[in-house]
Amino acid sequence: MPDTNFEQPQTPAATPLAMTLHVNGRDHLMALDPRTTLLDALREHLGLTGTKVGCNHGTCGACTVHIDGRRHLACLVLAAAAQRRNIGTIEGLAGPDGALHPMQAAFVAHDALQCGYCTPGQIMSAVACVAEGHTGSDAEIREYMSGNLCRCGAYPNIVAAVREVAANAQQRS
Amino acid sequence: MSLSYASPTTVNEAVALLTGATGLTKILSGGTDLLVQLRSGRVKPDIIMDTKKIPGILGIIETEAGFVIGAATPGAVIGEHAGLAAAYPGIVEAANLIGSTQVQGRASLAGNLCNASPAADSVPAMITAGAIAIVVGPNGQRAVPVEQIVIGPGRTSLARGEFILEFKLPKPAARSSGAYLRFIPRTEMDIAVVGAAVNVTLDAAGVITHARVSLGAVAPTQLLVVDGANAIIGSKLDDAALAKLDAAARAVCNPIDDKRGTIDFRIKVAGVLARRAAAIAVQRALGQAAGTKH
Repeated sequence: MPDTNFEQPQTPAATPLAMTLHVNGRDHLMALDPRTTLLDALREHLGLTGTKVGCNHGTCGACTVHIDGRRHLACLVLAAAAQRRNIGTIEGLAGPDGALHPMQAAFVAHDALQCGYCTPGQIMSAVACVAEGHTGSDAEIREYMSGNLCRCGAYPNIVAAVREVAANAQQRS
Repeated sequence: MSLSYASPTTVNEAVALLTGATGLTKILSGGTDLLVQLRSGRVKPDIIMDTKKIPGILGIIETEAGFVIGAATPGAVIGEHAGLAAAYPGIVEAANLIGSTQVQGRASLAGNLCNASPAADSVPAMITAGAIAIVVGPNGQRAVPVEQIVIGPGRTSLARGEFILEFKLPKPAARSSGAYLRFIPRTEMDIAVVGAAVNVTLDAAGVITHARVSLGAVAPTQLLVVDGANAIIGSKLDDAALAKLDAAARAVCNPIDDKRGTIDFRIKVAGVLARRAAAIAVQRALGQAAGTKH
């Protein structure tokens, strides 16, 4: 009989850990390997694939999500450590009627993407960047968006989108 | 042996867990280094102990005596603390250089220190600030100067069952300030090729009365450069004092030669950054004396 078991476990087997994740306003009860990252929990277990896997080690920003309103990299957070926190993903950004979040609309208006793979992370990061008030100049936007890489090089249009949303937010307040 | 995740809610519970554990236990603060190591298979722990539920381990308290920074406090919180930024700008600018804003949402001072990378940005700034690590363990508490925690790449002086609960920073004397500079080949999101931190205290005439100098990424551990401090104490940071500081900084370097920087380059840059950081620290201390914001 051919040996089809190519993948040998490399680390000790783990006891599944029961946990509740609060994502986009809904509770999800799950039992996961304690090593499961928030990124894998979202994508593989909750089917929320809007949060992208890029480098998977904290360099590219494609997996940026909000935890209690702050931006975090889902690949560098254990799902177990994100319990009892408000987790926000790109899927939760639009209104209940499907109306785009102003940042999503600005990305569309400014064509702030090419292939689109980094876009969910860019948008989640940009929403937090505006909330943090790090939008005083293009240079400041570039510095505080530096954790989100865009291989297509859509940076000028991304900066324009963030600048516009920040200006509109300031007018309203 | 099966891998498990524990998040103790008291120091005693955490210490009992660490001392009673068999196999490899890894302490999880922000996790920005640990999760990468887990995924690459470089570390295979039996227990992951998350410290973040222990009271006091998150947050910054400003007291009459100075500051108490919880060991797992994320860099973003450190970067937003106006009191700390005024007293120890070097620590805040170092914390703001570690990774992206997202990484700073989790990355902590204790993690940056105990990961024990020679290039850890916050460590030279903490050393020059005179930061004390409060280490807890089976024998109670001990206070350890930050420069005595790292003993080599990836190695610390913490004993089995011990972890860092918080850092204490003294209230700075009048006319004191600091700075941290690092060299990287681009503007953001990189690891220090060389890092230099300087803290100074001036007298009313602007003469340096107290100084601490520390270098990162030029030796197996961050260095406290006593000769560098002595080179500028008693001066107003004139050219002769700066030249002596430069020479003292270069003299202690024992760097590696790699694709990111040659030995000669790192040694030269260590002297340059030490001079520049000292000049910024003195300017800030003078500005503070004049009541201006740096």
